[in-house]
Amino acid sequence: MATIESGTEIKIDVHGHHEHEHHHEESFISKYIFSQDHKMIARQFLITGVIWAFIGVLFSVMFRLQLAWPDESFPILETLLGKWAAGGKLAPNFYYALVTMHGTIMVFFVLTAGLSGTFSNLLIPLQIGARDMASPFLNMLSYWFFFLAGMIMLVSLFISTGPADGGWTAYPPLNALPQASSGSAFGMTLWLLSMAMFIVSSLLGGLNYITTILNMRTEGMTMMRLPLTIWAFFFTAVLGVLSFPVLLSGAILLLFDRHLGTSFYLSDIYIGGQPLTNAAGELLQGGSPILFQHLFWFLGHPEVYIVILPAMGMVSHVLATNSRKPIFGYSAMVMSILAITVLAFLVWAHHMFVSGLNPFIGSIFVLFTLLIAVPSAIKVFNWIGTIWRGNINFTPDTLFAIGFVSLFISGGLTGIYLGNSALDIPLHDTYFVVAHFHIVMGLAAGFGLFVGVYHWFPKLFNGRQMNNTMGYIHFWITFVGSYLIFWPMHYLGMTGVPRRYFQFSNFETFNVYGDLNVFISIAAIVVFFAQFVFLINFIYSALYGTKMKTLNPYLSNSLEWTTPIEPGHGNWPGAIPPVYRGPYEYGKNGTDFVPQHLPDNAIWPKDEKETKTELA
Amino acid sequence: MLTTFLGLSIIALVLVIVFQIAKANELVASLKGEEMVINRNRVNAMLFLLFLIFGMIGAVWSTFHYAPKFLPAPSSEHGTWLRNMFFWTLVATVPVFIVTHIALFVFSFQYKRDGSRSAFYFPGSNRLELIWTAIPAVVMILLVYEGMRNWYKITGPAPKEAMVVEATGQQFFWTLRYGGKDNKTGKKSVKLINGDNALGLDWEDKDNRDDFIADELHLKVNQPVLVRISAIDVLHSFYLPHFRVKMDAVPGIPTQFWFTPTKTTKQMREELKNPNFNYELACAELCGQAHFNMRKVVVVEDEADFNQWLAKQEPAYAKLKASSSATPDSGNTGQTQQN
Repeated sequence: MATIESGTEIKIDVHGHHEHEHHHEESFISKYIFSQDHKMIARQFLITGVIWAFIGVLFSVMFRLQLAWPDESFPILETLLGKWAAGGKLAPNFYYALVTMHGTIMVFFVLTAGLSGTFSNLLIPLQIGARDMASPFLNMLSYWFFFLAGMIMLVSLFISTGPADGGWTAYPPLNALPQASSGSAFGMTLWLLSMAMFIVSSLLGGLNYITTILNMRTEGMTMMRLPLTIWAFFFTAVLGVLSFPVLLSGAILLLFDRHLGTSFYLSDIYIGGQPLTNAAGELLQGGSPILFQHLFWFLGHPEVYIVILPAMGMVSHVLATNSRKPIFGYSAMVMSILAITVLAFLVWAHHMFVSGLNPFIGSIFVLFTLLIAVPSAIKVFNWIGTIWRGNINFTPDTLFAIGFVSLFISGGLTGIYLGNSALDIPLHDTYFVVAHFHIVMGLAAGFGLFVGVYHWFPKLFNGRQMNNTMGYIHFWITFVGSYLIFWPMHYLGMTGVPRRYFQFSNFETFNVYGDLNVFISIAAIVVFFAQFVFLINFIYSALYGTKMKTLNPYLSNSLEWTTPIEPGHGNWPGAIPPVYRGPYEYGKNGTDFVPQHLPDNAIWPKDEKETKTELA
Repeated sequence: MLTTFLGLSIIALVLVIVFQIAKANELVASLKGEEMVINRNRVNAMLFLLFLIFGMIGAVWSTFHYAPKFLPAPSSEHGTWLRNMFFWTLVATVPVFIVTHIALFVFSFQYKRDGSRSAFYFPGSNRLELIWTAIPAVVMILLVYEGMRNWYKITGPAPKEAMVVEATGQQFFWTLRYGGKDNKTGKKSVKLINGDNALGLDWEDKDNRDDFIADELHLKVNQPVLVRISAIDVLHSFYLPHFRVKMDAVPGIPTQFWFTPTKTTKQMREELKNPNFNYELACAELCGQAHFNMRKVVVVEDEADFNQWLAKQEPAYAKLKASSSATPDSGNTGQTQQN
């Protein structure tokens, strides 16, 4: 790889647009480790995210073993987990630790950093026509804070009291008091530190994305000519910048409660055989556990849009490109992202309808929660409108994009049940919720990640392409398997089976689904191993995949395909191309595609064939 | 161990085979060019259509197959309202689910690239956007209206005649206290908790004197009950699945939920033809390592049975007095003597 890249470096040198440091060969460290090239940082985010994804999903397989076969013992668990699975049976507190870590890793490390971090970094400069981010240095820091967050979380897995085990939402008092749970000891301190680092990473990244999109667009790239990917990354960054600091403050207050004797979240507690008092021996009073829930979900809910918006953007882009049709209703798509962004800040308390929240406040959140279904519906109809009478090429990225739309519909509709406070009473914290958010957020965003990886793989790895056959196998097992895992969970929810139960045998009401739990776990294991098809494809193609023969394999309109096959630091060897049009002019005036950087007179006076050869 | 090793080896072998076939297949594809692209589009488009057909059949079949395992019809008044609301939400969402999925997969099937046609240039339609903004908005407003109507009835003030029961969550069990003859649960504080006084009841408060603590949650059929919910260590959630009741128990912040049970345990046993059926109380908010184990039996009975049970309950204060006169040194005697 090193030799290939140095070839492009020389090309760049011809032009004077670049900083002096690129004139000589970069060292291994500055090129691959502390790189300030947005494309390398994107790669770092992606590879780290993929590693975390395998860890996070492996954890879910482990706790699915417990749920399906609560009476069996699995020696391999003892091999992997030691004392936490003595005799091959998971200890209940480690079951909860696995659940907690699965949630934390998947939501933050995989679907926030791995998805938004990767593709915001890769695509923002390439699609708006910029040499790099506004601040490549902060961008580099953003990755390394994420890396640090990951390392702290990794360390927490190996300490003697175990990692945090009070759920990814970290509700106090459970997560404030070491007496309440073994994971609430040092494991939770590390969890909070890790989240603090992660939030720093996310803020550095987000500020950079916003600044870059607002200030560094190439000539002619007006906001309404931006690809929908960029709109999505822009609003994702806005959401993150405005909501992550609130979680940080919530986490810091929790640290204070844990270590400095404050009682922001603690009140009237009797634990470990005595009332909880401060150093002066007075009972801690006046704190509110519900305050933490407000602070947590003020990020927590925008967070699910932070996760899903980039996926939506990439799906829109890929569906238009591979259907050879303009995205249906470009401005409606932009407006719906804007509406989702605004409403995302007004719905957080729908996670708290039965938390002891004032019912009147709850009702306001019902209104906004159900209203957010409107822009979501607009997006779904527009995606379907986009493929209608298209000329769809089923590359693996298109398959995942269509899979995304299906999952988003299925999971979105169950949100209408849960978002209506009265109906939420019976459904809250049951498997109905597990099914809902895994389908609409986890799987859909995961599919978005695959859309991005399959589509932009050549831009990530020096023009190398992934193996499509393996992509097809990966898609079909994952798509069918996903439904087989999560669809039946609605039925568990209809029986009122609560989530976060180590086993169901204590309750006659809940212990009726032995067979279905086995079925779900088998499906989960199959889908888990199917991801190795992706992993092998990913690693092999990054190193040895066939190189693109043309600059623009998808005949796409957007600017990233005008860069060289192996773009160096600075992206374009010559001047950055100016932009004359929107990104989705497919099939206009009978021309298959009209790249953004071509002026009208370069396209229509000549016939189509000529234009194509010119592009190639 | 051996089976695990064997299993993983087989999976590895399968992955190697998949990899080799895929590599060869890709080579063929690059030689055949457009012909292979069209071929693959046909296969994937057909698979989407099959997925739609078998997915819909599977969804309908499995729903009917598992429906007998769903919770039986609600045993509370508000549960019936929620059942209706669930039905109307189904009416609003299931057609959308079916129509959008048919559109998505049929269009995928029909408009695959097979060399026969080119795409139809159609960048959008404001009229369509308006239609599919307005319809969901109206439907949502109707659902919000239906939801609010029920929400305010459920969360509104409890009827005056409601029986008061207090549920206190603690790792890892519920403690149930009844208001006794005066139907009032008196003051308590975690400062007063000791071996003889598990809830920290304040004996100075006369409302506490007739309160009793019960092993099971006994309720009178058709008599509204107001549950005062609290916790003394971490969050718990008071969850009665058959009555569609759920409310968090929060240390320091009292919460409540009132409802009217409408079916006795006996009736349910007959209806479900299950002589062992019991209503159950569970915890629905992760509270630590034995969260899954906070079970209490709930018994709904007619007035005669309830009164019979009630007569057997002894107030906690009386119990304490009896035991403290036997052992004068125990816990709370100082306070009891003051009265």
